[in-house]
Amino acid sequence: MKTIQVSTTINGDATEFLCGPDESLLDVLRNRLGLTGVKEGCGTGDCGACSVTLDGRLVCSCLVLGAEAEGAQIGTVEGLAQGDRLHPLQQSFIDHAALQCGICTPGILVAAKALLDRNPDPTDTELRYWLAGNLCRCTGYDKIIHAVQAAARTMRETADAQG
Amino acid sequence: MPRDNNDTRVFKVVGTRPPRPDGIDKVTGRAMYGADVTAPGMLSAQILRSPHAHARIVAIDTAAAAALPGVKAIVTAADFMAQDDAGLDDILVNCMARDVVLYDGHAVAAVAATTPAIARAALKLIDVTYEALPHVTDVDAAMRPDAPVVQAGRANESVPAGMSPNVTHHCEFGHGDVDAGFAAADVIVERSFTTAATHQGYIEPHACLATFTGEDKADLWCCTQGQYNVRTVCAALMGMEASQLRVTASEIGGGFGGKTTVFIEPVALALSRKAGRPVKIVMSRDEVFRATGPTVSSSIDVRIGMTRDGRITAGEAVLRYSGGAFPCGTVDMGAQSAFAAYDMPAVRTLGWNALTNRPKEAAYRAPGAPMAIYAVESVVDELCQTLALDPLDVRLKNAARKGTLSSYGPTFDDIGLVATLEAAKAHPHYHAPLGPGQGRGLSAGFWFNFGGNTCVSLNINTDGTVGVTEGNPDIGGSRAAISQMAAEELGLPYEKIRTIVADTASLGHNDVTDGSRVTFAVGLATIKAAQDAVAKMCARAAAIWGIDPDAVEWVDGAAQPCGPNAGKFPPMSLAEIAAVSFQTGGPIAGHHEFNADGAGVSFGVHLVDVEVDRETGATKVLRYTVFQDAGKAVHPSYVEGQMQGGAVQGIGWALNEEYIYGEDGRLQNPGFLDYRIPVASDLPNIDTVILEIPNPGHPYGVRGVGETPIVPPLAALSNAVSRAIGLRLNRLPMSPPRILAALSGS
Amino acid sequence: MVAVVIWGSLRRFTDGKGRVEVEARTFKELLDRLSQDYPGLAPQITRGVSLAVDGLIYREAWFTAINPESEVVLMPYMTGG
Repeated sequence: MKTIQVSTTINGDATEFLCGPDESLLDVLRNRLGLTGVKEGCGTGDCGACSVTLDGRLVCSCLVLGAEAEGAQIGTVEGLAQGDRLHPLQQSFIDHAALQCGICTPGILVAAKALLDRNPDPTDTELRYWLAGNLCRCTGYDKIIHAVQAAARTMRETADAQG
Repeated sequence: MPRDNNDTRVFKVVGTRPPRPDGIDKVTGRAMYGADVTAPGMLSAQILRSPHAHARIVAIDTAAAAALPGVKAIVTAADFMAQDDAGLDDILVNCMARDVVLYDGHAVAAVAATTPAIARAALKLIDVTYEALPHVTDVDAAMRPDAPVVQAGRANESVPAGMSPNVTHHCEFGHGDVDAGFAAADVIVERSFTTAATHQGYIEPHACLATFTGEDKADLWCCTQGQYNVRTVCAALMGMEASQLRVTASEIGGGFGGKTTVFIEPVALALSRKAGRPVKIVMSRDEVFRATGPTVSSSIDVRIGMTRDGRITAGEAVLRYSGGAFPCGTVDMGAQSAFAAYDMPAVRTLGWNALTNRPKEAAYRAPGAPMAIYAVESVVDELCQTLALDPLDVRLKNAARKGTLSSYGPTFDDIGLVATLEAAKAHPHYHAPLGPGQGRGLSAGFWFNFGGNTCVSLNINTDGTVGVTEGNPDIGGSRAAISQMAAEELGLPYEKIRTIVADTASLGHNDVTDGSRVTFAVGLATIKAAQDAVAKMCARAAAIWGIDPDAVEWVDGAAQPCGPNAGKFPPMSLAEIAAVSFQTGGPIAGHHEFNADGAGVSFGVHLVDVEVDRETGATKVLRYTVFQDAGKAVHPSYVEGQMQGGAVQGIGWALNEEYIYGEDGRLQNPGFLDYRIPVASDLPNIDTVILEIPNPGHPYGVRGVGETPIVPPLAALSNAVSRAIGLRLNRLPMSPPRILAALSGS
Repeated sequence: MVAVVIWGSLRRFTDGKGRVEVEARTFKELLDRLSQDYPGLAPQITRGVSLAVDGLIYREAWFTAINPESEVVLMPYMTGG
């Protein structure tokens, strides 16, 4: 099968890659571009470990073809921190012990940011339903919910201070 | 063993909640897990798996696959040497079927190729001729004398004559006169239970990268709970010397017991040796479910006698476990732990293991205990209902405590069950009102906790910082806890310590991260290694001062003279001693190597409120509180995390998770869509109450924490659901169709 | 002499006794004497046993001292998760 040339933007950087027509965006990110922060837990869209944003929309990158990234803006966990300054969600996950093994953490961070970008003040129930597509087997979710809510508070306070 | 534990000790670092050292790597995506590495010239391998539950392999033709461009090596069982040791040979045969496939998903061949796509295409070209054999996947069916035989000749000497060849193992525990005990009871309840096999469900599939250099030297990178065990097993299976196989543990994306053995590592090594190139294998989720270890499935009968005032007079349990297609001793631990929470005049447990055409069992958090204690705690709850007694009062009345002859033989030392039950009774959760259609359940739980073989090196750097090298993969924050204990013992701030997990070339043998052993045993070795370094630093200070080393003590991170004749010298800090170490005798390091004993048993009590939807059969968990004796909680946030995570795995086991086999003996739900683990929207917050009853076997009082919390949820949920719907359930999981069936009386 | 409590299914190999007496000062001596006096126990001892001495469980330590008055309980060797 002939490879396809794709021009895209990943975490703000213009990126070009070649991929097979049947190759998932997940495989492209991990195997061709070295973005191994995007994790594969199932390959069938059930676990959310490979969550990325595609033009701002939260997707499982295992269910998107690499070719579909043409002209799109892709966001991965590698793009959350600004230089050595962690995103408030990242800092909050460390501060609130919201990760154990950490394999689900990149996907959950990307998913949580996607929620807070559109709803800066979610209820716990909204948050739990939003994250229902991201499996975590270590934490029982409790500390994840607390960490996201704490980060949301920090982000609202920062926004208020700047507003 | 150390019994120098001091209840009044004031800790400076232990008991605080510093950030975990691997935190930034894990939130930025930089942490390297099993599948995250590559090597120059690397090949990708795929494994062909059996579509049959049980079949003879008549022939395997790999010629067409080998001819496919890009295919570099193919292996089958013919490429491996049979092992004399039965346990090792079982591991090997589980990695690659020999003559017979024993379960759906059993590996029969593997291909290494230049790309994953070519390897997948090559699998389709391998022609395996099978002759189907009769199969059995249910433990009770497998024990019948006329059951299809999974493997013959595997029973050990504990099994009486005349049983099905599938029965491989038998055990009996207990004490007292059980018949007299039942005769003294006012009420006797006898019930039978079944629990489904469940999977550990780690989100990271197994992955490894094997690289041979020449014929007999290799490096292996893999996600594992024990790199030393991987080395021991793989070196034996490959016919290598242990020193020539260096195994490095990646960051591990969850294990829970399931990564204490090998599945793909010997296959990757064999392919790499054959191809002369690095070989990477990453399992798919389907492979993880079909071919890696679930827990045992079980069928259990329990009989308990009680007086009207709630005193247990006798208890008896018969446990039938299946650990899949290979002999399995997990039932021992079920039979030992079933009644561990109770002080009983008479108790007897009988355990049986039977072979079935299912994947080989791997350990899962407190292996063997959850299902046994589920059955016992369900019967105790029914007795409480029958006699209109408070379930916490009854447990308190019969609780095991210091001096109790345990159901598994030894007499208990200091244990925290009574304190844990009292904490539950005093908690507002226990007294909160319930709404209509809601039910409250509780259960006690227990785990032994392990010690084991451990090596730690602790290096004092010349700038006054410290490196700790240990050999157990960090699955719950242990690097933080170990750094905390080193800091505590040395009198340094936590930030001055960096703890790393070493490869197999860097330390002596360390047992697998299992049985909640690491914070206890590695922590104890770290404390001893720090004490070793402190003694050396005191000697250096004594030499500098020209006084006797015995006249120097270590206080708050510094050597200082002590005693009447020591002389007056200002204290020398660790940094000051380290800075001149080259001039005073060379680098300073502490070590400790031992086989740790003295792990303290751990008890927990869980309280849960549920509401059952009578239309759909769905159970909603409304409120959940975990009470557990953790011994000293080194990092309370990570202790809470263990309690919460274990509880939620138990909730999944109770409500939804199960291996479902069809009539054809094939697994019907090998994916997260159909094998449904709890998601965030299923759950409330999981509240935690940590009790700290010090373990007498550890200088800080540390017990293990991680296993116990998966034990109580099964019965706590079952008791809550049974009380909510007014019907006693005796089968797990209590999935919506089962609850609907119970409600409709079918 | 040390009185060793064995678990129930091993009684088939100890003439029905749940408690046997052997001359031993350490874990290793105890295992050797048990295998010698009751050969039927040898396969289990080879597979692995733990020993609880006064409530503390030792998984392998050969040189663990055993006092005649100690409570000594033989247990299966445990492996875990």
